[in-house]
Amino acid sequence: MVSLTVRTAILATILMTPFGIAIAWLLARKQWPGKSIIETIVALPLVMPPVATGLILLKTFGRRGPIGAPLHAVGFDIVFTWRAIVIAMAVMSFPLLVRASRIAFEEVPLRLEQIARTLGAAPMRVFFTVTLPLAKRGVIGGILLAFARSLGEFGATILVAGNIPGRTTTVATSIYNSVQLGQDADAYRLLLFAVVVAFVAVWSAEAVNRQRQRLRT
Amino acid sequence: MLLALPLLLAAEIHVSAAASLMDALKEIAGNYEKASADRIVLNFGASGMLARQIEEGAPVDLFLSADEARMNSLLHKKLIDPESRVSLLSNELVIIGSASLEKAGRIAIGDPATVPAGTYAREYLKKIGMWDRVQPKLIPLGNVRAVLVAVESGNADAGIVYRTDAMVSKHVRVSREIADGPAISYPFAITANAQSHDAAQRFLDYLRSKRAVAVFRRYGFIIR
Repeated sequence: MVSLTVRTAILATILMTPFGIAIAWLLARKQWPGKSIIETIVALPLVMPPVATGLILLKTFGRRGPIGAPLHAVGFDIVFTWRAIVIAMAVMSFPLLVRASRIAFEEVPLRLEQIARTLGAAPMRVFFTVTLPLAKRGVIGGILLAFARSLGEFGATILVAGNIPGRTTTVATSIYNSVQLGQDADAYRLLLFAVVVAFVAVWSAEAVNRQRQRLRT
Repeated sequence: MLLALPLLLAAEIHVSAAASLMDALKEIAGNYEKASADRIVLNFGASGMLARQIEEGAPVDLFLSADEARMNSLLHKKLIDPESRVSLLSNELVIIGSASLEKAGRIAIGDPATVPAGTYAREYLKKIGMWDRVQPKLIPLGNVRAVLVAVESGNADAGIVYRTDAMVSKHVRVSREIADGPAISYPFAITANAQSHDAAQRFLDYLRSKRAVAVFRRYGFIIR
């Protein structure tokens, strides 16, 4: 169950990273219609009750949902499988990745990008050789935080993935199970795991951040 | 003294009740509140979860469990008043959904660890020798109403719930009634830490009254 949690969290992080970086960059660098709406929607999972987000996911990816139904028709189920865990984790942690990356992109001096452009670099090249390397630490910090948040996802997960022993039970839902059953010793072991992982993730994200500030001064 | 007076006259009775009792009990509590100054605060969930909450000191006056085992565990811990305990209702299991247990890809049941309907379902599946076969297909859920919803929404092909649950849903089909299932019994008892034992007793008495029993019966419960 620890291994399932770690694997789904890694997968969720890998899946959301390209989208997160793209949206963060669009929010940091571009003006486009509907920007403030997208900005708000992206932040929603951070403030909405996780169970409410879970409900939206359940209705969307359920066998009769707009995305779930066609997938079910070709024999591909989301709800009550490990895939639902990945989706719940990715959606819930996405705002953390986007926020951190966006701030990192905004800190990159526009001037440097303009110089690269005048030297003939195409926009994509500027992004990958100038913007992203300079924003690297902030983006990595965001990825670490999003990964840590994924590991602990509970509210949305329990709705869309259920709590099926050996198949969709994660560390968070397992803690819940143990408490429900009065098996406090098991709960404490998992609690320790959760605290250690969260500590390491937040600490590393902060460490990356500290380095960034030192480099800047 | 004067401030405490209304509190003495009208008690707030906290009732933790098995999820399967939800619809019937809401109606009964509504009727009771019309006739009495007492207020009923209902908390529904899996009986196993509710029992745990009581063990952890949740402010509950009356516990309405869907199986004797959960009530017994509280009794052993001296958390209920044994004098008040009554078992009034019974129920039956049914199989719902579009597919039979054999054909279903996914079967939703209550989590046997905390949900009595799931414990009963496991007992039944073991008895008919299907437990091992269906186990990989099982989706254990947090309470019996979650099972109903999973089948209603098509996320599970079949499910095992109480007959009374299937009756409140317009969207599920009962594919089989389980007449030879385990004996189902709903014990009610006042908790040892009840705020107002008298008020809880009043409501408990009302639950056994002709009027309340008629509601339980209308929702499909078997009166013992």
